[in-house]
Amino acid sequence: MKRVYGKPDAMTDVPFPYCPGCSHGTIHRLIAEVIDELEIADRAIGITSAGCSVRNWRQFDCDMVMALHGRGPAVATGLKRAQPETVIFTYQGDGDMAAIGTGEIVHAASRCERITVIYVNNGVFGATGGQQAPTTLIGQFSTSYPTGRDPRTSGYPLKMAEMLARVSPESYIARVSIHNVKNIIKAKKAIRQAFLVQIEDRGFGLAEVLAACPTNWRLEPVRCMQKIKSDVIPYYPLGEFSSQSLKAQ
Amino acid sequence: MSKAKGQIAINPARCKGCGLCIWVCPQKSIKTVDEADRRGIRIACCAENAPCTGCGFCYMVCPDTAIAVYKESTTEEPAD
Repeated sequence: MKRVYGKPDAMTDVPFPYCPGCSHGTIHRLIAEVIDELEIADRAIGITSAGCSVRNWRQFDCDMVMALHGRGPAVATGLKRAQPETVIFTYQGDGDMAAIGTGEIVHAASRCERITVIYVNNGVFGATGGQQAPTTLIGQFSTSYPTGRDPRTSGYPLKMAEMLARVSPESYIARVSIHNVKNIIKAKKAIRQAFLVQIEDRGFGLAEVLAACPTNWRLEPVRCMQKIKSDVIPYYPLGEFSSQSLKAQ
Repeated sequence: MSKAKGQIAINPARCKGCGLCIWVCPQKSIKTVDEADRRGIRIACCAENAPCTGCGFCYMVCPDTAIAVYKESTTEEPAD
């Protein structure tokens, strides 16, 4: 029997510290597979965010840097400009990128920095106990707003991919989901493309991944996947939002 | 035409029993074990005589990369 699927080499043997069914693990695996396929493990530098994924420096078998909350794109800019031969990726959640780090990501995108951003959108602040994030859906339960998000007081959920595509003329920006196998394969292609635009010096790469937080959504992992399809994707449509077509030529 | 034969190996240290592989398996070959381990988790396992085809869906959805998929080679090995 031949092994056809298994743990990628760019991932360490340390088990994930996340809750059962957490989407971070799937996204970590996709990134590690892309790092293996592109053979960039020796020159890749990852930047961890604040949030649950702060511990992902133990998961990737490449250099990792810990940035302050939301400051991943700023650290990535410095690293990339000092060492242009490296491949820099930041791993950020919605609390990290869409809340405290909005300034950094907007300017990094407008400068079309040659960096790759993996943006995990699960709609809550997972690490601190499920408070409302800028991406929480209208009416969605969170511990800070138990009656659901009210746009009158909390505004509307931020669509980061569309917003950044407007300010970044040289970019590959896509929104993908991981709620079933077909979309996981598409998500891997988008993550690969976000790395390729950086490696080929074609622009800024961002993959927004719609993810689930079973613990803070108060749902079983399987029902979380169904909720992404029924509730999250209608508000956050999937697809590519690059203002210029930077697909593989 | 006979179906492709596959086999999965689940790493008990990484599996957290979330059940996504059980949900996604098209052949319904995966189940949970009867006894919880020392973490209190009933991890997933491949049912006996399961009709696994080695499609890899369980590997794709597994959030903990606990599953490795093996497949019987369908093509003849080239002779030296």
